[in-house]
This record gives sequence, structure tokens and C-alpha cells, in this order.
Amino acid sequence: MPRLALVVFLLVLLWPGFRLTEFDPAVLFEAHSRETMGKFVSTFFPLETSAEFLRLVARSTLETLAIATAGTALALLLAAPFALMITRTLSISRIGPGPGYVLGRALRLPVRFALMFLRSIPEIVWALLFVRAVGLGPAAGVLAIGITYGGMLGKVYSEILESNDTRPAAALLETGSGRMAAFFYGMWPVALPELVSYTVYRWECAVRASVIMGFVGAGGLGQQMELSLRMLSGGEVSTILLVFLLLVVLADAVSAFLRKVTA
Amino acid sequence: MSIMLERVSLEYPNGFRAIREVSCGIGRGERVAIIGPSGAGKTTLLRLLATALRPTTGSLNLLGADPWRLDRAGLRRLRSCIGMVHQVPPIPPRQRVVTAVLAGRLGQWPVWKSLASLIYPADIRGAGQMLARMEIADKLFERCDRLSGGQLQRVGVARVLYQQPDLILTDEPVSAVDPALSDRIIGELNREAVARGVMLVASLHAVDLALHWFPRIIGVRGGEIVFDLPPVRISDAMLRELYASESAQVPTQDNRPLETVPPGVRRRPMYS
Repeated sequence: MPRLALVVFLLVLLWPGFRLTEFDPAVLFEAHSRETMGKFVSTFFPLETSAEFLRLVARSTLETLAIATAGTALALLLAAPFALMITRTLSISRIGPGPGYVLGRALRLPVRFALMFLRSIPEIVWALLFVRAVGLGPAAGVLAIGITYGGMLGKVYSEILESNDTRPAAALLETGSGRMAAFFYGMWPVALPELVSYTVYRWECAVRASVIMGFVGAGGLGQQMELSLRMLSGGEVSTILLVFLLLVVLADAVSAFLRKVTA
Repeated sequence: MSIMLERVSLEYPNGFRAIREVSCGIGRGERVAIIGPSGAGKTTLLRLLATALRPTTGSLNLLGADPWRLDRAGLRRLRSCIGMVHQVPPIPPRQRVVTAVLAGRLGQWPVWKSLASLIYPADIRGAGQMLARMEIADKLFERCDRLSGGQLQRVGVARVLYQQPDLILTDEPVSAVDPALSDRIIGELNREAVARGVMLVASLHAVDLALHWFPRIIGVRGGEIVFDLPPVRISDAMLRELYASESAQVPTQDNRPLETVPPGVRRRPMYS
């Protein structure tokens, strides 16, 4: 009965959400909408395949990949120490609780808050900020992704570590091992596949995010796409979309490969 | 006395009092078996001795110090002198056996050595020797998820042997292991304790193992010590009484009847 009540409650909660967003699928099928959409989509064909444009797209693709990779790497460097700090299982003073417990808890709080702050501001806003600081170009995108994703990775890493079997690490701490050693001997081998898989997924998200940030001048495929859209050349847009698809397929393959290696 | 409990109680956050005003002392080099029905507080008692739990009331002295009055470094040093064999070995499935054994010394090694050992094992010979004592030396570089339950439990014991603790605790270490292997594991732990003159405190489900290997038996029920005697002075009636709430029979390996040689007097424990 409480479960049923919960479902009803959630549905009641959802309804205003749909109303508020003016969500009405019927609009999609009205004659006027159909015609406008049809016109827009029809400009997408044929694909633009001139050698010059393809060279341009190839360059932008490399740039996008570089932004996503460098940004994710930066995020990783930022997230790893934070995740180790806020993971409760790795707190030695929590056993008992022992000396330093209150201080430890008090210190974890601002770290958690810092991570929340980093990820609460969308990467596009960071990008706008950094474009002003370091100028137009990929560097702004790298910084924006590094900061936002650092906050996300830190939180999710710590959640992954907590949701896996924590007994190995706890047992090590109980025999006097330090935090780092307990992590690398007790948690790393347990959680590695999940950590890798989530990081690769975030890298895939970073590819897409870097595209969006390209619209505000942070380089890569996005900047190219923005130009094509502004010049109303649908063929170019669809070529770029095809490249996106290939990138996602690539990310999937990389993820599958890494999971196999780490399993 | 190297372990001293004075009116120690432990209440879990949910209000359950697992240990009630227990007082007892264990001297240097003593080997003690804790027996009792499930839910009696055996594991809680061991976790108190392992400094994994803090007594709600009462005072505890371990290896010459009150662990909960030590500073952080002191507590860590004390913990590195206490080894625990768990019922289910807390070893990551994808870890190599050699790494799992070497992890026994993480409390003694500096961080750089611990981390370097992940790249190239710091003491392959030492780990190999401990595995040889558990007769699984050939598994040195195997991954732990390729081992059987009995083999994995022996890796867990090898880790504690490699740690060389001053206090060896074991929490029902052989409840998932066949009788022949149980005897070998408990025997090896006893040999280690005798050879190095360190304390061994083991909770055991099988009463015959406890009576056979340990010179001192503590019977626990309802969070209290019911008796604390050498095996020769424990009568069948006392054992039946201890397990009365759980079953009509005293639990032994494969439910064999308890040996009494000669009639009325149980065999003296090994190494007593």
C-alpha cells in the first residue's frame, strides 16, 4: 500500500512538470509544424563531402577529441583526491569512533560542498567565463570541462567506492593500514571496472559538451557547426552530425575494450 | 596481562546490547577459544578486541594500552599488531594472491613501499613461505577469484601469518571449510602462536575443534561469559546447557559425537 501511494504521489508530482513545460506531443503533428520541420530536415541532404570541408571537419574533430580528453584528464586529477577525502569507508577515525572523528567530519563537509559548487554551475557558463579569461579557443573548453566534470567525477567516484564491497578496505584499516594503502589494496581492485566505465562515459559526455561549448567560441566541432548553421548549409550540418555518431560509436568501443581489459 | 576487559559492555546503535559487563583477562602467549550459540556475542567480542568497535561502557586494555586513549598514530600502531582472520576472507576477487598476502604488512610499511609493491611485489619470498605453510604455494600468482573457498580462506590466514601480529584473532575461520582442512588451519594458527609466544583468540562454531586445540575455553551466551575453563573441566552437561537455546545437540564438525578419552575426561589439548 505505501508503494502504491508513492507511485500515485510521483505521478501527481510529474503532471505539473508537463504542464509547466508546455509539453504537448500533438503540436509536433500539426500541419504547420510538419512543414517547417520537413523543410529544415530536407536541407540536410545531400551531405557536404567536398575535400576542403572534410579537411576542416577532420581538424575540428581532432580538436573536439583533444578538448574532451584533456578536459576529462583534468577532471580526473581534480576528482581523485576529493573522492578519497569524502569516501566514508576510508575514514580511519570513523572506526570506533576514534581520535579526530569530529575534525574529520568537519573537514569532509566543505570538500563535499566544493564538489557541489563545481558541478552546480553548467559547463557552458564556465566556458563563457573562461572564453573571457583565456580568449576564444579550445583552452576555455578544456578548463570548463575539467572543472564541471571534476565535481561530478568526485561525487560519483566516491559513490561507486561506497556501493561496492567495502569490507576489504575496512579490514585493512582495522589492521593499521593507512588510507592510501587501504584504497589501493582494498577498493581499487574491487571498483576499477566501474570507475573506468564511468570515466569513459563521462568522456563521451565531454565530447558532446565540447560541441555545445563550441557554440560560444570554445573551439572544436561545435564552432564549425555553429558556422554551418548560421550559413544555413544543412549538408554541412548533417556531415558533422554523422561525425558525432561516429564519435559516440568510438566511445562505446573504447568503453567495451577497457571493461574487458580491467575485468 | 596483555588483554584486560573490565565490565565491558557494547550496545549497538539500534539499542541491542551485544556484550553485557564482561570482565576477563588473557595473558601473554595464551590461546583461547570462544564458543557459544549464534548471536551470543562472539563476533562482537572479537571486534572489540580488534579495536573495530569501541566499548559503550567499561575499560579495555590491549597489549599494554587503552586503545581509545591513544592518539591517531598510536592507535594505528596498535592495530598493526593485531591480526584478524575473518569468517569470509575480505579479499578483492580480482587481486593476486601474492598481493593479498603482502597486504598483511600495510600497517607496518611506509606508503611508498605499499604502493611500489603493487607494481612489483615487495617480498615474493615472504609471501611464498606463508602460502607454503598453508600448502598453497603454487597459487602465488593466481587471481583470488580463481581459488576455491577453502583456498581463499588459507590466503586469508597466510596474510595474518605474514603480518606477524602480537594478537591473532579469528572469527569462525573454518565454518565454511571441510573438517580435514579446518584442523590444518586451526593447527597452523596454534603452531604460530606457540612458536612466537603470541596470543590467539578464536571464536569457533565446532566445539570439538575448540576442545582439541585450545587450553582455555570461554563459553559465551547472551553477551555474557558463562564459563571460562580448561577443556578437561568442561562437562557435557555444561556444553548442552550453553547451546540449549539453539539445538538439542552441541555443534561439532560433521555432527560427530564428542570424544571422551578416558571416559569422563576429555583429551588434553595440543601444545598445552
